[in-house]
Amino acid sequence: MRHFFTLIFLFSTGMVFAFEIEEERTFEVAQSSATLKIISTTDLNYFAPLIDAYQERFPSINVVYTVASSTELFAGIYDEGAQYDVVISSAMDLQVKLVNDGLTQSYQSADTSSMPTWAKWRNHLFAFTQEPAVLVASKQGIGDFPTPQNRQDLISLLRDNPDYFRGKIGTYDIRKSGAGYLFATQDARQSDLFWRLAEVIGSLEPKLYCCSSDMLNALESGEIAFAYNVVGSYASAVLDESSDGFIAPLSDYTHFMLRTALIPRSAPNANLGGGFIDFIVNAQGKALIKEKAGLPPIDGEALSQHQYYRPISLGPGLLVYLDKLKRQYFLDEWSDAMEQ
Amino acid sequence: MNNAVPSSGSLGRRLLIQLLIVAAILSALLYLAVRAVANQAAVASHDNILGASAAAIAEQLGTDNDGIVIDIPYSAFSMLGAISEDRVFYRIDIDNETATGYEDLPAPADSTNTSKPIFYATQFRDTTVRVAAQTRVIPVNNKPVSVLILVAQTRRAQDTISAKVANTAAALGIGFFLIAGAMSWFATRSTVKPLYAVANAIGRRGAHDLRPLQSPVPSELSPLVKSLNDFIARLRSSLNRTETFMAEAAHHVRTPLATVRTQAEIALRQAETDASRKTLRTVIRAVDESSRSASQLLDHAMISYRSDQLSTEEIDYTALVYEVIRALSATAELKDLAVLSDIEPGVSINGDRVLIEIALHNLLDNAIKYSPFDGTISIEMKRDEQGCLFKISDQGRGLDGNEQSALVQRFQRGENAKDVVGSGLGLTMVEAIAKAHKGTFVLQQNTGPGTCATFSL
Amino acid sequence: MRFLLIEDNADLALSVSERLKLDGHAVDWASSLEQAHSCASGIDYDLILLDIMLPDGNGQDFLNTQRQSNRDTPVIVMTAQNSVSDRVALLDSGADDYVTKPFDFAELEARCRAVLRRRGGSVKNTIQFADIEVDLLSATIRIGDETRNLRNRELRLLEILLSTPDRLFSKAHLVDRLFSYSEDPSENAIEVYVGRLRKKLKGSRARIETVRGIGYRMHSE
Repeated sequence: MRHFFTLIFLFSTGMVFAFEIEEERTFEVAQSSATLKIISTTDLNYFAPLIDAYQERFPSINVVYTVASSTELFAGIYDEGAQYDVVISSAMDLQVKLVNDGLTQSYQSADTSSMPTWAKWRNHLFAFTQEPAVLVASKQGIGDFPTPQNRQDLISLLRDNPDYFRGKIGTYDIRKSGAGYLFATQDARQSDLFWRLAEVIGSLEPKLYCCSSDMLNALESGEIAFAYNVVGSYASAVLDESSDGFIAPLSDYTHFMLRTALIPRSAPNANLGGGFIDFIVNAQGKALIKEKAGLPPIDGEALSQHQYYRPISLGPGLLVYLDKLKRQYFLDEWSDAMEQ
Repeated sequence: MNNAVPSSGSLGRRLLIQLLIVAAILSALLYLAVRAVANQAAVASHDNILGASAAAIAEQLGTDNDGIVIDIPYSAFSMLGAISEDRVFYRIDIDNETATGYEDLPAPADSTNTSKPIFYATQFRDTTVRVAAQTRVIPVNNKPVSVLILVAQTRRAQDTISAKVANTAAALGIGFFLIAGAMSWFATRSTVKPLYAVANAIGRRGAHDLRPLQSPVPSELSPLVKSLNDFIARLRSSLNRTETFMAEAAHHVRTPLATVRTQAEIALRQAETDASRKTLRTVIRAVDESSRSASQLLDHAMISYRSDQLSTEEIDYTALVYEVIRALSATAELKDLAVLSDIEPGVSINGDRVLIEIALHNLLDNAIKYSPFDGTISIEMKRDEQGCLFKISDQGRGLDGNEQSALVQRFQRGENAKDVVGSGLGLTMVEAIAKAHKGTFVLQQNTGPGTCATFSL
Repeated sequence: MRFLLIEDNADLALSVSERLKLDGHAVDWASSLEQAHSCASGIDYDLILLDIMLPDGNGQDFLNTQRQSNRDTPVIVMTAQNSVSDRVALLDSGADDYVTKPFDFAELEARCRAVLRRRGGSVKNTIQFADIEVDLLSATIRIGDETRNLRNRELRLLEILLSTPDRLFSKAHLVDRLFSYSEDPSENAIEVYVGRLRKKLKGSRARIETVRGIGYRMHSE
């Protein structure tokens, strides 16, 4: 159904893009002087309150908010030069590639200058959330077993109780999910344990999901006992005290994905794009992101609470796993592990 | 008097400008050298990392059944990300076919000899990149397959370093220039100093000091000083010759005159008739007049010459006045004149000793000449507000209506002085000497008989 | 008094020595430096009259030699040069005084006397006559215990009259000797000085007799 509406919308505006969008909404104001166009991987329900707040500040700006998957978004910008003022994506690697390959433009302001260096790259790419990849466990599913404290615990638990946990493990299908692929490659470069864990999970007939929300639904419904590498912010949003699922912190390492914004070179209104980036990265913007969007804003102090909190670093290192051969090998290896 | 010598510019300034030009050139060279060296160092360190990145990829090359396995390690690019936020591009060719990466990344013109990494800068897309290229040959099924690895990075960090280095180098260059400039200034000053020293040594000299310059001078100046000394020596010998000539001329003129005068005196004593006595007196007077005129003409010439360039020195004025009185006391005694003097002790003045002595001598000589027998001459010398005052008063015939302005004219004598030997130059000289010393000379009629002459310095 | 006259011009030397002899001085004449040295080394002169330009050298050298060998015989230089600096140089190098050629005999005599008076403190130069003693250097006469000062012309007049007592000196002769020729005094001026001198001699046996219409002579009663 969603696609159907999209097609209608696309035809009605007369613009034809080969890349596929999922949703688009125009936030119109009474008297508009300009239009800010945002393309994002983040669902509208997270960003709508933020855009309302933005229009309170800038009452004469129309905002068009388009949602697309990270790969489609990337293709739209990279291959087709789609005209957006701000590109927001959780796929850090693809965002870095956009910047590295020269499809973005630089932006500097007082607000971006005060950002921590790990949260931006080349003054092209600006992170505005930090979201951990977490293990979510089901109280019922785990039963009397102790909650694993780290990946070694998890490996041991699964290996020692294969029958109990068979078919009870869920994780991303990294062939389909950009976030899943990012988390998996970061796990792989972080530690050899990843492949051992993949082997163990693979031997237990795991369930593979396209996205965090599906994984959490499966967990809540008792289908699975563990969901590995769920985006923490979704988990926090869905789970509460009464939920069966809970986040089990892994103390060997926890990666933080950075949701980033950039201004494409093809931006029709780069100034507006820059203004929107300021709006989401400055102190007020952080508060808005926390309150209105329910996402954890950039916070260096929060990251330094635990030694094992590791933000994924923005930079050319992320390009490695975008290499087509590398990606192919990685996916092959992962598939071999998962589909024994 | 206009003594200005036409100037062909300042030696010191010329030297300073040349030194400054040298300093500027050296500063510019320093600037360029520092930039070049620092940039080279920056490029070299950047190349090292690019090379390490390429090497890391090469290390991970492997083979499987399908052939070459390219597995780029995370560190290959993350190490590049660690040093700067520059963009990274890469390309991996297997047997000249691009296997992965950016196909359009320019390969080295000649990749035959790249078993060790080579580095080059090239234009890629919208930017300039530095590329490390390395070839690794790997046997696949016993056939060598060559893998070319290119890793490139934009140069923003290097440009930033270059800009910083340029600023530092510019600061160094400017600093060097300023220091060199200051040193040049000092060097110029100390180089030109001996010239001024020589000029001062000559300038400070008295008007009649013709000794050669003895103080040591830099060897470059010695030809100048030597020719100057030669010149001084020529001048001195020429002056000596003139003086000798004058002395001999005077001797040869005056000795016969002296003979004539003495003979005339003797003849006069033996003369019988009044007529011949009168004639002989006229002869003696004529001799005296000519002698006196010659003397005073010479004195007058000397005064004109010395007044132009006063050789001022400190003079014991008290002693000088006494000396003049002593020198003329015999003459005064001849007329039984009483010379009363009231002279302040310990007075010293600045002036030309020779000229002042001539002035005092003339004044006293005049007073003696015009005094009657048994007369009295009063001399007073004391300090006053302006300086010091020499006052001489006689009981002679006085000015008799003659104006001072007339009496000080050259060869002008008072109407009432025809019977006294004189040239008419005495008072002219006194006035000229007073003027040369910025003093005054006043002649006044005494209330009694006689004249009062006041010579103030 | 014994004078040494060093002068290469024979005419002038003759005139000067004649004139000095008139005053009762003995004069030796040297016409060159060489002669001058040989004269000066043998005899102690009371005064040396020195010409500066001599055929065999400079009179200045003679003066220097004299002063260096500690001979302090007074020297009066007869110079043809008139400039002040030359005169200063002469005095500085040890001359006692100078006269500039051509010179007045009267002035020369006066300077000689002045120099002798200044320098000759020990030398007595007196003339005895009748009951008076004349000291030529201090210009005094002593009559008994009484000392009387004479003025210059009084002394000169007395000296001339005493040079040949009882000789008659004409007024003209006395004027010539007493006054400078440039002064041209009348013969009556002599009478004034004779009158003054008679006053100074009062109480002694020395008498100045007037020979009316001719002149004066010194006579002892």
